[in-house]
Amino acid sequence: MTTVETGKKTKVAPLEKGTAKGQSVPRKEDRRLVEGQGTFVDDIKRHGMGYLHFVRSPYAHAKLGSIDVSAALELRGVYGTLTGDEVAILTDPFFQIAAPPGAAVKDYALAVGKVRYIGEPVVAVVAETRELARDAAELVEVDYEPLPVLVDARKGQDADAPILHEECDGNVSYSGVWEWGDLDAAFAEADHVVTIKELHFDRFNSTPLECDGALVEFNRGTGQWTIHTNNQFPGFAAIMMGPAMRVGLDKLRIVTQDIGGGFGNKITSHPQLVVCCLLARKLKRAIQWTEWRTDFHQSMSHGNERWFHDTEVAVKADGTLLGFRTKALDDAGSYLRYEPLGGVIWAQVAPGLYRWKNIRLEFTQVMTNKAPVSPNRGYSRMQHLWLTERIIDIVAHELGFDPVEIRKKNYVQPEEMPYETPNGCVYDSGDYPRTLDIALDLVGYSTLEERRAEAASRGKLLGFGIGSTLDSGTNNFGQSQLINPDLQFSGNNEVATVKLDIFGEVVVTLGTTPQGQGHETTASQVVADIIGCDTDTVHVRVGHDSYWNSHAGFSGTYASQFAVTGLGAVKGASDMLAVEMKKLASMVFQCSPDDIELADSFARIKGNPEAALPFMALGAIVNANNAGFPEDPPTLNCRYVYRPPFDVPDKETKKGKLTLTYATQIHACIVEIDPETGVYEIVAYAAVDDCGTRINPQIVEGQVMGATAHAIGAAMWETFAYDEDGNLLTPNFYDYHVPHAMDMPPLKTGSVESPSPFTSLGTKGMGEGGGGGIHCVCAALQDALRASGNAIVYDSHNPYHRVWEMLQDSESTRANVEVSAT
Amino acid sequence: MSEPTTSRTVTVTINGTMYEREVAASKLLVHFIRDDLDLTGTHVGCDTGNCGACTVNVGGQAVKSCMMLAVQADGLEVTTVEGLAGDEGELTPLQRSFGEQHALQCGYCTPGMLMSATALLEHTPHPTEDEVKVALQGNICRCTGYWNIVEAVVAAGKAGA
Repeated sequence: MTTVETGKKTKVAPLEKGTAKGQSVPRKEDRRLVEGQGTFVDDIKRHGMGYLHFVRSPYAHAKLGSIDVSAALELRGVYGTLTGDEVAILTDPFFQIAAPPGAAVKDYALAVGKVRYIGEPVVAVVAETRELARDAAELVEVDYEPLPVLVDARKGQDADAPILHEECDGNVSYSGVWEWGDLDAAFAEADHVVTIKELHFDRFNSTPLECDGALVEFNRGTGQWTIHTNNQFPGFAAIMMGPAMRVGLDKLRIVTQDIGGGFGNKITSHPQLVVCCLLARKLKRAIQWTEWRTDFHQSMSHGNERWFHDTEVAVKADGTLLGFRTKALDDAGSYLRYEPLGGVIWAQVAPGLYRWKNIRLEFTQVMTNKAPVSPNRGYSRMQHLWLTERIIDIVAHELGFDPVEIRKKNYVQPEEMPYETPNGCVYDSGDYPRTLDIALDLVGYSTLEERRAEAASRGKLLGFGIGSTLDSGTNNFGQSQLINPDLQFSGNNEVATVKLDIFGEVVVTLGTTPQGQGHETTASQVVADIIGCDTDTVHVRVGHDSYWNSHAGFSGTYASQFAVTGLGAVKGASDMLAVEMKKLASMVFQCSPDDIELADSFARIKGNPEAALPFMALGAIVNANNAGFPEDPPTLNCRYVYRPPFDVPDKETKKGKLTLTYATQIHACIVEIDPETGVYEIVAYAAVDDCGTRINPQIVEGQVMGATAHAIGAAMWETFAYDEDGNLLTPNFYDYHVPHAMDMPPLKTGSVESPSPFTSLGTKGMGEGGGGGIHCVCAALQDALRASGNAIVYDSHNPYHRVWEMLQDSESTRANVEVSAT
Repeated sequence: MSEPTTSRTVTVTINGTMYEREVAASKLLVHFIRDDLDLTGTHVGCDTGNCGACTVNVGGQAVKSCMMLAVQADGLEVTTVEGLAGDEGELTPLQRSFGEQHALQCGYCTPGMLMSATALLEHTPHPTEDEVKVALQGNICRCTGYWNIVEAVVAAGKAGA
């Protein structure tokens, strides 16, 4: 069943009893956050704690000589230091996800032997105050012997290219050929072949407002660390840290509370967490580390920069898209912290929203002297979806197709759902043409030509563009075996516990690490409906704690999956608790469990409201008043591990289900360019989302808005730009302009609900948005430029100066594209 | 030989409570508030005065507390986000509006947004959308895209009519 809600603003509303699911109930998180009573990692203090500051490399590539920390140590109030030499003795290099050649990378928590990017941590200094630690770090003397620098991944395989990791025999970390269908037949059948020589997806990230951080304590008696952090994927951090530190994972208690934004950028802080752990043990005191903004920009989780070379598209005369082949060149930066997983993640959405049957992609990933890349909202799929949308609009431009009609003609159609892609992924549900129609309606597409003429009368160039994206969610980690067959990861999981406590409190714990997604609220909505109470009665503990029995190897909040994995676990545990509560009530009332219903915080006999036990009585009986039962009463403490149904993908054909659900987001916008300057403005914008059943529509809409803002920022302003020496030119919010309130265009949102047939609640993971705003801004600029030079947009990032350049020299952009008849 | 003075005793009134503390001359007001007084609702999001997460009210004006030294606040009255709600914990119309309009997700920018918007509402009780955007241009939010924040401030202004 599909329901449509068009352009209607979601409003918070009081709860209707018994149907919390689907309502925009007020968020449980908000009260403490608007009062300034949240607990973020930098808010946590311990007696005698030391503040950690990193000495960072000023060179993009250099051999490390001697390191002298003595002047820093002499300063009163400095507690101690840690160097790479110590790290190399105390730890092993981090486990590498890559097969050879990337497998040979030696990555430590501090630089050992060499530095490979500006901002790389070289020494850690701990002192009594933040200011002192920073001052003392200035006194550390490090000898560097500068080496030639590799900044442009396209030069990474040149014979004279500087080599970052000598062990790797070159700079390539991963390469592989991905081919499905029959490319030769597709190109033989084609009437036109459109060739695009080079496209570039830019480097940026979501820059959460709170930087990374930790408060780490070491218990000398038990040999255990307690790591309060804002890392958003504790399951991953633990499996990276434990082997490197040569300890079992039981020694690493990872705790999160409120997290100030993550967007994937807080997955790979494990090197810094290891430094904190080593220093907490060495200095016998709690270690506090909060990253400075410049540190974050220089060193953390840049998004994957990617080129697409020699893209060829097979098109029939009627606009049917038969297939494409391309060569993707990915820039991993200097270390492989989560890479080369980006080499497979894109394949979750290999054909985009389209019915292409024949796809070949040669993927090569190169390491450069820039910050390591790591997941960033839309990770690796956004880059690929940008390619598919660019292909559509360039093909339409070259062959004279309407960008709306060519999409509708080639979209996977609703009646084909569930749809198996050429690489064996299954799109679970969705109605792309209808979702597009709603976006067109909201953005005012029917009056486009009048608006274009009106803008022209003011000397402005007006253009319209579409960005169709998929938000693939709930990873099958078995896809990692497609880039490294020896890896032993597959499937996915998340854990929840739901219990009824002594006084009838309903207490929920989860393995997830929310960063603003409202998990406490949506989890309580699911629980309340199942065990028959209101959401205020349900207490969802904040964040993640490895001391709770509610985590597993994939616990965390990343990759659009909470509504499936997290809520799937919550639903499973709640269903178990409901059964137990009915059983307990039936033991008290000497009736069948089937005669019991749960409602209004009572377990009662159906049709006999007098025979009712309040939740408090049930909790008290089990926990404090349990004598006299003929058999053991239930525990009322239920744990459920949600596990999606996956097989390991086929390593030969590279086919298989890589993700469980596919939310749709279709964006459309209208831009106006000032041809004199290249300055442009988005004058209308619509984003329509279909993430299946929505537990809390207002929270979903908030995610759509946030993803839209990130995409607009990346399209127009946000870039991690490097000079030829490897200096980051945008290391803070002065130079890296994120959108402000005045930058945001008018926005309309809409939604479609196509419940997933594969999930227990009909939900789909969502929130990443697939970079829809980047795609539609590119398309709209190209449409607007048609009237003045007819340039073809070739880069995902289009600041005003690039638009001006395209206006001045449109010819070279068109030379990037060729059309041939077959 | 006497060492140069690197610290000083200051008296600052925050949310109606007077604090007398010795502070290092180099300490920023935001770190004084957060680290010394444990009022951790005021946040730090950048090193450069761009993000506004540390916004507090000093002497009736919204001020980024990372752009002031603690010693500069000597003798002044400061309000932080913890001082917005009433004595009985009742939220201000603006705080309530933030929840109603889903104007916060992670909540990290929220204290700064509330302090900037509160200062706006004090001198412009019924702001237009454009007035709100101008007043909040020094505050960065990375979760919401601002649409709901602007709406929440406008709605709070209307509710206060």
